[in-house]
Amino acid sequence: MGEDIKVIVFKLGDEEYGIEVDKVQTIERMVPITRVPKTFTFVKGVINLRGVVIPIIDLRGRFSLPLIEYTESTRIIIVAVNEMEVGFIVDSANDVIDLNTDKIENPPEVVGGIKAKYLQGVAKIDEERLLIMLNLSEVLNKNEIIQLESIEE
Amino acid sequence: MDMNQYLSMFIDESNDHLQSLNEKMLELETNPDDLSIVQVIFRSAHTLKGMAATMGYEDLASLTHQMENVLDLVRNEKLAMQDFIFDTLFKSLDALESMVEDIINGGTGKADVSLIVTSLQAIVLGEIPSPQGGNTSTKVDEVKDNMNHSIQLDEFQFSILDQSIMEGHRALYLEVFIREDCHLKAVRAYMVFDLLERSGEVIKTHPSVEDIEQEKFDRSFSLYYITQKSVDEMKQMILNLSEIDKVSIVELDRESLNLMGEMSNSSKEVAATAELELEKTTGSNVLVPQATTQPTSQAPKEVVKTNSGTPTRTIRVDIERLDVLMNLFSELLIDRVRLEQLASEARNHELTETVEHMSRVSSDLQNIVLKLRMVPVDTVFNRFPRMIRDLAKSLDKKIDLVITGSETELDRTVIDEIGDPLVHLIRNAVDHGIESVAERLAAGKSEVGTVNLRAFHSGNHVFIEIEEDGRGIYRENVLKSAIKKGVVTEAEGAAMTDEEVYQLLFAAGFSTAEVISDVSGRGVGLDVVRAKITALGGHVTIISTPGKGTNFSVQLPLTLSIISAMLVQLGSEKYAIPLTSIVETGVIKRNQIRTVHGYKMVEFRGVQIPLISLSRIFSVPDFDESKEEESEIIVIRKGEKMAALAIEDFIGQSEIVLKSLGKYLPQIKGVSGATILGDGQVALILDPNEFIK
Repeated sequence: MGEDIKVIVFKLGDEEYGIEVDKVQTIERMVPITRVPKTFTFVKGVINLRGVVIPIIDLRGRFSLPLIEYTESTRIIIVAVNEMEVGFIVDSANDVIDLNTDKIENPPEVVGGIKAKYLQGVAKIDEERLLIMLNLSEVLNKNEIIQLESIEE
Repeated sequence: MDMNQYLSMFIDESNDHLQSLNEKMLELETNPDDLSIVQVIFRSAHTLKGMAATMGYEDLASLTHQMENVLDLVRNEKLAMQDFIFDTLFKSLDALESMVEDIINGGTGKADVSLIVTSLQAIVLGEIPSPQGGNTSTKVDEVKDNMNHSIQLDEFQFSILDQSIMEGHRALYLEVFIREDCHLKAVRAYMVFDLLERSGEVIKTHPSVEDIEQEKFDRSFSLYYITQKSVDEMKQMILNLSEIDKVSIVELDRESLNLMGEMSNSSKEVAATAELELEKTTGSNVLVPQATTQPTSQAPKEVVKTNSGTPTRTIRVDIERLDVLMNLFSELLIDRVRLEQLASEARNHELTETVEHMSRVSSDLQNIVLKLRMVPVDTVFNRFPRMIRDLAKSLDKKIDLVITGSETELDRTVIDEIGDPLVHLIRNAVDHGIESVAERLAAGKSEVGTVNLRAFHSGNHVFIEIEEDGRGIYRENVLKSAIKKGVVTEAEGAAMTDEEVYQLLFAAGFSTAEVISDVSGRGVGLDVVRAKITALGGHVTIISTPGKGTNFSVQLPLTLSIISAMLVQLGSEKYAIPLTSIVETGVIKRNQIRTVHGYKMVEFRGVQIPLISLSRIFSVPDFDESKEEESEIIVIRKGEKMAALAIEDFIGQSEIVLKSLGKYLPQIKGVSGATILGDGQVALILDPNEFIK
């Protein structure tokens, strides 16, 4: 018997993704971002969130999806994982749903262009809607990024 | 009564007293005749005893009480400080420290101190080679040489001998004769003692150990000795030493011991009438009653007499409250900058005036808040003299520790963390750096090795250097060991600079010491040291001259949470440069820039310095100074070296609050952190040291 969890739903392109609500601190509208030089390409910079400096990741960039212009609906989701605070830029975020963990199934190899290891699973919430649950620890895993960047160089 | 509320106070104060006891003992050791130091030690011990007794820590109190008895004799000039008294007192301090440690960790502070207490009591009771005060000792020494060779044992020494016989040890009376033609009698005697101490315990000697060391004996000396070895074994061992003529050994049983006891007692009484013996007996008679009187009766008078160094008046504040204060103040500072901005826009005279006043008050406040968090490195350094003393003794080396700059202040958080790494580095310097006395003499150095411990400010960093004049680091040895352990390959090693090779010492699982001692050399340690220092945002560099010595230099950020900085603009981006590393600002024309070997240089006060393009290093999207006819420069300095940073515009000087970039981002070269400007934007703080190679 799985437990019921609340999930923040956000969009990248047409796909819908979910992050457990207790890992999300706030959701912010776009604010001016201070560029940080000489760092990962998908790190857009840092922002001031009520006196705390927080690095901002473009989630599209992180998953090597095509980048798009930021719009009115663009949001920054601030998450806290493993004592790290990081903001994700997403296309939009406007839903919170209840989900039973039993509904989460193992992800296929690649979903919406994202490798399975960044995913915790896939949940079918309606006939039509497929929610992709992110594995935040993997998304924020620095070791892997460092390898990735050094290959690119 | 509930004692818990006093517990933290007790712990704090005990630690203070223990620290000052340690310090003063060391001071006294170098200066054993200075009775004013003894007074200070006595008072500390006394206070400690009182506190411990109030809090119900009986063992702690009884041990300090015994120490106090010894100290009382010393300060009343009834007892001269000697090496073994120092050792016993230091051991007592160690025991006290571990008890207090136990209490801190929630324990009861109980410990078996009976051994130390016994030896302290022994000192008080006069089981001392020469218990006389300084003024009578020379006379007595002369007298002693003429005395017959039987040793007078006191009550306590009898009981030790008695007890060891009961416990199955052998109590021996030895008389050692040294050959007449021997030139260095003291050395031979020392060798005998050294040999004896390895397999037993010397209870009493005649003449006293001191006199023997100073060759104040004829041909023979005698002693009482406790051991497990047989008479024949002992005889053989001693005769194996060269220039020993003969040894006579008598094994004592309890009966003969009792007989001797009676004899010596009666002889004492008889001797009392003899003028020569009188001095000696009164000396020891006075000693005993003095020890048992309560030292407090005399304390007040003495305190008034030598009231040296009244401590500054302080209150203790929970460090967390200071952190909260600091955070609140940083918030206030951001608002202040914002207010200043608004006021300058509003152009309202009264508003501007008020804001200006507020700014002044807040900068005073800032100074105070910052100072609250600063602690002199002395709080870390003060434990090292004692540590070096102990290390030197256990490693049988001679070491001088020279501390400079202990008043240098560092942020509390850094102070808390830096202790362990420094301990490691110093142990390393003493164990691996400084050679043994023999090796040093062979290398033509003085037998005493020197460890320099230095702290000083430079720019917005604090440097702590541990420099010794030991054997230095040999590149080949390090490489050989590193290759053997698979840390690097041979080809990699050959291409490394000396500095890179030295850094290998910090690799995990690396130890070059050929002999692993219990002090250091377990191969864990230096890598932990580096990890810790890196975590503090600092780094370690090693400079070494083989055969001459090694310098471990630890660079630490002055993690001041608030610094003065110059704000500059490059295109749409703003950066903050700490004022501490700025030498000057200026403007240069394009034709002043020269190209030397492909590097851009400008002349600054008669010197050519490199012109660094910030916009290129940081790939600033909307500014490039090479298109400008004139460009603003900031001249920065790191040690002796200088460089010019080209920027677009100065914004102005400002107090900024240092914020970390968060745990996610890796260390970025040239950026030390971020700050929040008055308009709420984040600006990166540059670390100019990174630009100067």
